Amino acid sequence: MAIQEATQWPGVGGSHRISAGSRAVSPRQQGDAPRGGEMLATALGWFSIGLGLAELAMPRSVAQMIGVNDNEQNRGVLRAVGLRELASGVAILTRPRPAGWVWSRVGGDAMDLALLGAAFASEQSRKDRLAAATAAVLGVAALDIICGERMSGDGQSGRGARGGGMLRQFLGAAKTEHGIRVHKVVTIEKPADELYRYWRDFENLPRFMRYLESVRKMDERRSHWVAKAPMGRTVAWDAEITEDRPNERIAWHSLPGADVDNSGAVAFAAAPGGRGTVVRVELEYNPPGGVIGATIARAFGKEPGQQVQEDLRRFKQVMELGEIVQSEATVKGGGPARPPREKPATTMGAPR
Amino acid sequence: MKANCWYGANKLRVEDVPDPKIINAHDAIVRVTSTAICGSDLHLYNGFIPTMERGDILGHEFMGEVMEVGREVKKLKVGDRVVVPFPIACGVCFSCKRQLFSLCENTNPNAWMAEKLWGYSPAGLFGYSHMLGGYAGGQAEYARVPFADVGPIKVPNGLSDEQVLFLSDIFPTGYMGAEMCGIEPGDTIAVWGCGPVGQFAIKSAFLLGAERVIAIDRFPYRLRMAREEGGAETLDYEEVDIDDALKEMTGGRGPDACIDAVGMEAHGFEYAYDRAKQAMMLETDRPIALRQAIMSCRNGGTVSVVGVYGGFIDKFPMGVVVNRALTIKSGQTHVQRYLKPLLDRIEKGEIDPSFVITHRMSLADAPKGYETFLNKEDDCMKVVLTP
Repeated sequence: MAIQEATQWPGVGGSHRISAGSRAVSPRQQGDAPRGGEMLATALGWFSIGLGLAELAMPRSVAQMIGVNDNEQNRGVLRAVGLRELASGVAILTRPRPAGWVWSRVGGDAMDLALLGAAFASEQSRKDRLAAATAAVLGVAALDIICGERMSGDGQSGRGARGGGMLRQFLGAAKTEHGIRVHKVVTIEKPADELYRYWRDFENLPRFMRYLESVRKMDERRSHWVAKAPMGRTVAWDAEITEDRPNERIAWHSLPGADVDNSGAVAFAAAPGGRGTVVRVELEYNPPGGVIGATIARAFGKEPGQQVQEDLRRFKQVMELGEIVQSEATVKGGGPARPPREKPATTMGAPR
Repeated sequence: MKANCWYGANKLRVEDVPDPKIINAHDAIVRVTSTAICGSDLHLYNGFIPTMERGDILGHEFMGEVMEVGREVKKLKVGDRVVVPFPIACGVCFSCKRQLFSLCENTNPNAWMAEKLWGYSPAGLFGYSHMLGGYAGGQAEYARVPFADVGPIKVPNGLSDEQVLFLSDIFPTGYMGAEMCGIEPGDTIAVWGCGPVGQFAIKSAFLLGAERVIAIDRFPYRLRMAREEGGAETLDYEEVDIDDALKEMTGGRGPDACIDAVGMEAHGFEYAYDRAKQAMMLETDRPIALRQAIMSCRNGGTVSVVGVYGGFIDKFPMGVVVNRALTIKSGQTHVQRYLKPLLDRIEKGEIDPSFVITHRMSLADAPKGYETFLNKEDDCMKVVLTP
């Protein structure tokens, strides 16, 4: 795909509103936030295998470590527990839907705690070591529960690429405290003037920028923007064009009184060898503080880099194909790859 | 309509789903008359391809009759009989202009998922995970076909479904595998895997002028087909040491080119090693055939990889590639590029692709078809399903 991040961006970075003192958020960091549930599950799977092997191979040492009396009966219990650990570990690592097996670890934790509780009653047990072992099991149980919730909470298949949104959302929201700045680039098989003309009519932007509800032209330089916010709310601002170089560059910023202080710029340059036009976009949002600020931050802060990249991909589709490409899954906004029940809204008919 | 849906590893259900509808102006709706189970569908069936969701419709080898076209469709008409290529291509982007249709820049609406795994995204595919688009597949009574003027090829009524169905994937895939070998007169080509793609690679290698083809597998019925239908010499890797045998058969030099028509779920000597690594997520694919192809290839030869790999492999003999100046070529098939020339070959009678079919079933029996194919029961080579 001809979309990539641009970290150095001399062509577009000239706007006085962009990058002045604000910490740039690397799109790469944004996009690659680890999938919390899955990484945790993998770690827990390995933990299970390690512990299981130890309990199977060295029940004596394990008994000593956790403070239970080293006798044949306890070694038998440890071996059984080890087998169970191995089974959940291998299952978590190999099954397509590990969530259920992570929950099996929670069941195992409960069993271990019951066994440790019973061991406390025994005269021969080392109570200090038992207490440490109990604390360790409680800690792991907490991780297991968190992991189980993450992996089953959003209804995604365990190893699907979309799991673990929580962590990402958390990271995204945290970063917005410093403002969000994103730049992305795409190459489109159309001449610069055509792309410039389409973009310069800001009323076209909601067609491919998913978070925009509408843009209305007020006059040649000013426009009124309405963007989607969570829970059916909208945020609005007036924007003014600060730079307009036909077929090369457009820059704009929001005017005082905006719900979200923001600015943007787009530059068009011929790709080498006549291979279309390179389009570079930079956007910056500075959400205000307070509750509404936090709400907006969540709306924009989720994965701003990825959002802009997707917007650019749709811009390319609109310009090259006259339509926004949809699969059976994406036209419904997710879910299985099968036709939607209702006739979907079409995305046909692009201005050419 | 009825469709064959994925519900987890080794779980399929043929169930009622909504009928497909035109979504975009370049779409067509096709009533599926024949569809097949591909070896790469077994990777989905076995749960090795990430980003599948419960309820996904499978299938990327299908053909049928055009029932409806979007208003931007110019070349296809209602009633046309078409074969649909498995990659979805827009026809106008940088890749499509260069005939690299399986790398179309526009047709994967979930490109971001593929970019996480592969850096950049290839084209969207029918019925092959959400990472590759989330498109409903063709193992169904009807299918929506995006960019209907770019992909589907009209087929003459004189040819049966069984003769042309495999233009959708396995015939062009085997052919591209052979074409990537850059065959010159006198060349000996070795083919790992005598499944359907391997069979077409064998035939294609001869069509492209190979002197000899040596085919490698372990199932006697597959080796027999390679000999009797393909005219190949065959080797059973459970009986002979492949490196030694190939060296002996090629005068001590090695095959001029090697085709890996096996992919990520290979079996063989290193199976246990790679399966364990797979289970522990230290690698995602088992490259046993690929390693062997590289080791066996002659100095300066070409290794052509058409078997599907999804992620990462271990113990890749890069030293061999560099020091013996091998060329590795690969790719998901740019099917659109091969449709016309291969249809011509079928019409001229140079090849009748239906020779690979061993099982014919109704769509309702798809789950049984997958099991039969997976376990190579009843000498299963290729299953064709009729809705």
